[in-house]
Amino acid sequence: MNEAAKIPQDTHQKSQTVRGKARYQSGVMEYRKMGYWEPDYVPKDTDIIAMFRISPQDGVDAVEAAAAVAGESSTATWTVVWTDRLTATEKYRAKAYRVDPVPGAPGQFFAYIAYDLDLFEAGSIANLTASIIGNVFGFKPLKALRLEDMRFPVAYIKTFQGPSTGIVVERERLDKFGRPLLGATVKPKLGLSGRNYGRVVYEALKGGLDFTKDDENINSQSFMHWRERFLYCMEAVNRAQAVTGEIKGTYLNITAGTMEEMYARAEFAKQLGSTIVMIDLVIGYTAIQSMSHWCRKNDMILHLHRAGHGTYTRQKTHGISFRVISKWMRLAGVDHIHAGTVVGKLEGDPNMTKGFYDILRLDHNPINLQHGIFFDQPWASLNAVMPVASGGIHAGQMHQLLDLLGEDCVLQFGGGTIGHPAGIQAGATANRVALESMVFARNSGRNIVEEGPQILADAAKFCLPLRQALDTWKDVTFDYASTDSPDFVPSVAVSN
Amino acid sequence: MRITQGAFSFLPDLTDDQIAAQVQYCLEKGWAVNLEYTDDPHPRNTYWEMWGLPMFDLKDAAGVLLELKECRKHFGDRYIRLSAFDASHGWESVRLSFIVNRPANEPGFKLQRTEMEGRHVQYTTVPYSADKPEGQRYK
Repeated sequence: MNEAAKIPQDTHQKSQTVRGKARYQSGVMEYRKMGYWEPDYVPKDTDIIAMFRISPQDGVDAVEAAAAVAGESSTATWTVVWTDRLTATEKYRAKAYRVDPVPGAPGQFFAYIAYDLDLFEAGSIANLTASIIGNVFGFKPLKALRLEDMRFPVAYIKTFQGPSTGIVVERERLDKFGRPLLGATVKPKLGLSGRNYGRVVYEALKGGLDFTKDDENINSQSFMHWRERFLYCMEAVNRAQAVTGEIKGTYLNITAGTMEEMYARAEFAKQLGSTIVMIDLVIGYTAIQSMSHWCRKNDMILHLHRAGHGTYTRQKTHGISFRVISKWMRLAGVDHIHAGTVVGKLEGDPNMTKGFYDILRLDHNPINLQHGIFFDQPWASLNAVMPVASGGIHAGQMHQLLDLLGEDCVLQFGGGTIGHPAGIQAGATANRVALESMVFARNSGRNIVEEGPQILADAAKFCLPLRQALDTWKDVTFDYASTDSPDFVPSVAVSN
Repeated sequence: MRITQGAFSFLPDLTDDQIAAQVQYCLEKGWAVNLEYTDDPHPRNTYWEMWGLPMFDLKDAAGVLLELKECRKHFGDRYIRLSAFDASHGWESVRLSFIVNRPANEPGFKLQRTEMEGRHVQYTTVPYSADKPEGQRYK
């Protein structure tokens, strides 16, 4: 047991708020005495609630630490200021109202903090995050701090446009219903010329994929400037559409150094008839919201690559949970977001990942602690976001992917398409046949989890490329323990 | 060529029993199944001709199969697709759509290029069969 755990912590302390004249005596006062710990406070339906995992420094009281987070993310500074008395200060103070020890994690606490709606500007993720994560993450009395979940009131949600297209309208535009969409990221992600790059796009789309994708760091480099890529890619998309009779697309990455340049690239993509453009998470929340608005105006689907998120989402004790990023991005208005595969090469606990997918796709998220969802969250008919599963997945996992992720997602097989021994087109066909076979079998009433390998083997009898894919990748799994795992696991009730 | 619109175009053509199993799945979800046909399979041709109204309130897939047989009698030389519509709030659109009949010969599409300013090319997809009037395209 670590040192912090040896100090007894009282998480059920009564309110210690100092009132009247004494509250405004000059000097330093504990945050819990300044009104940032209010255990009797009942959050209003219109409050924004944040739930943090706090790890106080040794000897720091957990309730005081929670009150400090509430204070520093709302009105407080390190000392009493008389100018508070010029405001309706009790309303503007964020209130820590509940602190729970984290099960099985000594020294860690879940702190619930309520913020009045008036603290936030309408429709601005930048404003929201400047408050909630702006100041507190470097706070010295805490060893570590993680934003685990947030609850947004309907009134606040209604100030956001949300996804520019949404799952249903995306499917209508693409005329693709009843199965996950299929994609692939062009590889190698750096070094191909525009002409060679378009070849990969053409082969993959012709072979049966719905989308191909630029990778996060494909922007406009010396080996391929962005206009070259856009022109050759759209030749490939249109050719593939003509040979298949199906709508095809390629996520043209418009990430650039300035907003002006991003708009210029987006406009060119539109002129060329692309159905979709792509941005990276690293462009920032305001830029993401701007591109979402541009996409709504221009009938464009917006794909978001979550570049950089692993720097702050992965570790359990510090940073921001990806479920919070998912909520912010649904509000900010992206149509696609990479949200994990469970079975692939990148971090992803099955329960946590299901939580992310539910946040992106459902109109209402009930509390589900096992999936990491701490709040009941209505979405007020805000468009849903299509989760994208990408990174180290292949056709042989199709039954697991469909079972775990459902059908409203994009399955992206980059290496699993382009690395096929018989070529890119064969790789794409293998994936499409595996996918259609699995959806078909599921709808026909078969148990795909148990019968999946047999269903694939049967399909491989009429599809040689699938046979080759299954033979090539049959033993590939990425079976590592997740770092971002649930704190709550179902327990078996023991009866006497 | 083989047009690959719909959810199951990469599988061998479905038998009626296989179609019935998919229909039953849709009906059990409470979706309304409908049939549409066309001889203009352009990927942007959204509105195929409706074979009657969507079959609301149907419980047994056999009803859909009867309609499909009837539809094939009249339009067996064209594309026929089966769609399932979900009216529940938040979706209110098609849930599943797949082709259940194809013309014997699928000539496919011509890609026309118009060279514009710079290296910009404007693309137009034209079905080879579109030159003939509707109803005579796959005779």
